[in-house]
Amino acid sequence: MAAHLSSGRVNLTALREAGRRELRQFLDKCAGSKAIVWDEYLTGPFGLIAQYSLLKEHEVEKMVTLKPGRLPQADVKNVIFFVRPKLELMDIITDNVLREDRGRSPQRDFHILFVPRRSLLCEQWLKEQGVLGSFIHREQYSLDLIPVDGDLLSMESESAFKHVANMMIRMKREFPGSQNSIFPVFDTLLLLDRNVDLLTPLATQLTYEGLIDEIYGIQNTYVKLPPEKFAPKKQGEGGKDLPTEPKKLQLNSAEELYAEIRDKNFNAVGSVLSKKAKIISAAFEERHHAKTVGEIKQFVSQLPHMQAARSSLANHTSIAELIKDITTSEDFFDNLTVEQEFMSGIDTDKANNYIEDCIAQKHPLIKILRLVCLQSVCNSGLKQKVLDHYKREILQTYGYEHILTLNNLEKAGLLKLQTSGRNNYPTIRKTLRLWMDDVNEQNPNDISYVYSGYAPLSVRLAQLLARPGWRSIEEVLKMLPGPHFEERQQLPTGLQKKRQHGENRVTLVFFLGGVTYAEIAALRFLSQMEDGGTEYVIATTKLINGTSWIKSLMEKLEPAPF
Amino acid sequence: MSRARADEEEYWHSSKFRAFTFDDEDDELSQLKESKRAVNSLRDIVDDDDDDDDLERVSWSGEPVGSISWSIKETASSSTSSLEGQDSSLQKGSSSYAAFPKQVSSYSLSSLFKGRNRLPSFQSLSNALSDTGVKNYAPELRRPKAEYKDYSSDWSPKDTVKRMQRGKVLIFLKRTLRREILFRELEVRQVALCHLIHFLKETGEQKLLLDLLRFLDRTEEVALSQYREHLNIQDVEKRREFLKGCIGLPFSAEDTSHIQDHYTLLERQIIIEANDRHLETAGQSEIFRKYPRKASILNMPLVTTLFYSCFYHYTEAEGTFSSPTNLKKTFKIPDKQYVLTALAARAKLRAWDDVDALLTTKNWLGYTKKKAPIGFHRVVEILQRNNAPVQVLQEYVRLVEDVETRLNLATKYKCHDVVIETYRDLKDRIQLTAYKCKVERGSAEEQNINSILNNTQIRWKN
Repeated sequence: MAAHLSSGRVNLTALREAGRRELRQFLDKCAGSKAIVWDEYLTGPFGLIAQYSLLKEHEVEKMVTLKPGRLPQADVKNVIFFVRPKLELMDIITDNVLREDRGRSPQRDFHILFVPRRSLLCEQWLKEQGVLGSFIHREQYSLDLIPVDGDLLSMESESAFKHVANMMIRMKREFPGSQNSIFPVFDTLLLLDRNVDLLTPLATQLTYEGLIDEIYGIQNTYVKLPPEKFAPKKQGEGGKDLPTEPKKLQLNSAEELYAEIRDKNFNAVGSVLSKKAKIISAAFEERHHAKTVGEIKQFVSQLPHMQAARSSLANHTSIAELIKDITTSEDFFDNLTVEQEFMSGIDTDKANNYIEDCIAQKHPLIKILRLVCLQSVCNSGLKQKVLDHYKREILQTYGYEHILTLNNLEKAGLLKLQTSGRNNYPTIRKTLRLWMDDVNEQNPNDISYVYSGYAPLSVRLAQLLARPGWRSIEEVLKMLPGPHFEERQQLPTGLQKKRQHGENRVTLVFFLGGVTYAEIAALRFLSQMEDGGTEYVIATTKLINGTSWIKSLMEKLEPAPF
Repeated sequence: MSRARADEEEYWHSSKFRAFTFDDEDDELSQLKESKRAVNSLRDIVDDDDDDDDLERVSWSGEPVGSISWSIKETASSSTSSLEGQDSSLQKGSSSYAAFPKQVSSYSLSSLFKGRNRLPSFQSLSNALSDTGVKNYAPELRRPKAEYKDYSSDWSPKDTVKRMQRGKVLIFLKRTLRREILFRELEVRQVALCHLIHFLKETGEQKLLLDLLRFLDRTEEVALSQYREHLNIQDVEKRREFLKGCIGLPFSAEDTSHIQDHYTLLERQIIIEANDRHLETAGQSEIFRKYPRKASILNMPLVTTLFYSCFYHYTEAEGTFSSPTNLKKTFKIPDKQYVLTALAARAKLRAWDDVDALLTTKNWLGYTKKKAPIGFHRVVEILQRNNAPVQVLQEYVRLVEDVETRLNLATKYKCHDVVIETYRDLKDRIQLTAYKCKVERGSAEEQNINSILNNTQIRWKN
């Protein structure tokens, strides 16, 4: 189950093991039979650490989702709540506890496990409701960094944006002594705040995995897809057994084919799939050539692997077809064209016709916001007239309440006024070579292939840090928001790693505020580069795409009831 | 990519912008088809194990067997005995995962994790500190605020931050100190400030939050924070009142005009809604009988309201609240938006004359001219979506400026006359001759083509 975690340079399986250990310890603390009441949001991330079988081993007999009302009857000794420290969840728990029948026998003990940490606010709240005393064990489970794949860690935390930045910076400042033992494995730690590169998440990702996320959304390595293309074809049985539930697939590097195509530009995926089809087809043909018992035995032993490969190929062929339908649509093309115009610096200073048309046709608001913010970022802010024009059109078309949304975007720096009167973006773009005209999608030689021309600013910074270093781009760094600093730690000689000759350095890049799959692909590309010199492990507060990112910044505006 | 809430425009706009894809010799797609074909033929080759795909045991609900979300579904309503039955299947599932080769790693990360475990420890550190700390200083705090200064200076900045982060102190201070002093201190301590604001938002202490923001001179945030409250008011009249009250708040100049518009719009909508409901129930108005309203106009965006007005109240004079021209004037709706919306509404009603009038302007000499602030290809698109007859479509296809677009649209929508005219203007004999097969035998169009082809005056280019 965790094969995908050991595929990287640094073995993240141990991280998962530690998580499992901590979970076991807590469960054993609540001795006896148990039922777990789940905060639904947590089931996904927990699934990356443990399966139900582990919980069963520790006497978990029943699992339900958290909701108001009475808890189900189950005859267990303990009821444990696995929840995030949120007030609205505390209300539900209070309701559950108060409705518990105290006359029943045997009585059930209550416990709470806060994920990722306890909260004074929540416990205070419970106290005021008079139920705090009902809980015997109140603990926290620091599910902070979840290993998602061999080289990828995520906190999957919605609101960690500023918090983690502060946390890490304070950590560096206040614990200089103890830091040495925290990250002995990495040569370099690069902390990148999302604010430094607001552009990248706004652009439509063009890698295979990136497009899957953009179109269908990947949650905790799972994706839900429309089922029609995945129905097993049985002879003679029409379409009557067509499934209606979405098809759920897990996507990680344990799947050979997926590992091969996930980071490719989508235009290069088709040829890989067709080559694979030929190989698999040929492999199955082998059975006709197998004559001796030995040969047949050999073939049969390979069968499971071949079947897995065939099933994998079938799935990804279907997915690729689904994506193709979208990427060949006129709307996708028009949208991408405008994005690329902005990113290459064309006409970013006036109101864009395509955007206006989309507003007039009432395309989904998030699409509009992505484009408008992209233009703003590529222009170092919009001129008053243009900004007012867009705002007005948006408010008139989608409703005035979106003033709140637009304000949030402004606070985040995504959609703002051009204050300095000058546009820094062309300089940044040229110095860091963010726009590459001669991009090669099939056999890329530069990270710009992930957006078919645009090199993600964040990754370019990482690239330049390794070689030749940031001194060469001091001027441009000053134009980017936020301070930057470098700190070197002196490791005591005992801890210093002896690097073998030719071995690569390992850099941990921690994205504070979210990272996209396209950026991850770009970093992997750098890792694979010959004489690149550095391999990357990636950590983040959350895996994002433009849509989920903007959504998190939008106000939750309730629709008016009719 | 989901749409925003349903409103009348949503109801009535039959379909989204639809792309037309021409058949293309796309290598990509054919490669995919080929791989799909190969895959399907593979199924035939191998003896059927299709149903038992051991490697991924997924129940059809989509949840992988053995995962937490699956087991929640399974165990939620079942008794323990049925759980036993599933045991064996779970075992089977886990053992049949293919063993993928593990790469030997050169580093173990246990040290990383050990180190990481220490991170939260600084919380436990401050735990020890603040637990005693608060108790110690509590008696002092009960003294008059004059001694407040001593209290805070006794803590090192480091401790203060740690304790502030724990939040214990914040709440304590909030309870015991006078507001002004708390605010003043918080101004200097950004982290604590952020925490408190978040806390107040979470617990819904709106008044204190607003006071705090006002103190910090973040007046626009105050205004917006208050404006946000309108979303919680369901009653329309109350909401209107509330919005009226928001107008005087310290918004930025542009935002103030938007808030004003919001209020004015809702005020109008209330009047229109009351009036139209009356008309509807009275049953006298034809338009309401033929097209009963699917939803109320309250709280709809401006453009939707305009559409509604162009649909139901198109002919009304500017003086009424429900007339489109009144809306246009009051809210300063730009021509482009107005024409587009009115066009869509009239097209939906198949009122082609109205469409024509919208697109016709008279210059000072009295000559009429067709003009569209949105491009005629868009006009055609909207008309076509509403199933306009070919004669009507043809009028506007003819006016599309770009020749290639014009030909595409004309061919697509079978506006034969336009195609013929265009080929004639392009002097393209080959294309014109080829087009003959697209028209009906013996039709007027065929005759037209023939007469043009026979016209000796034309200097064909091919």
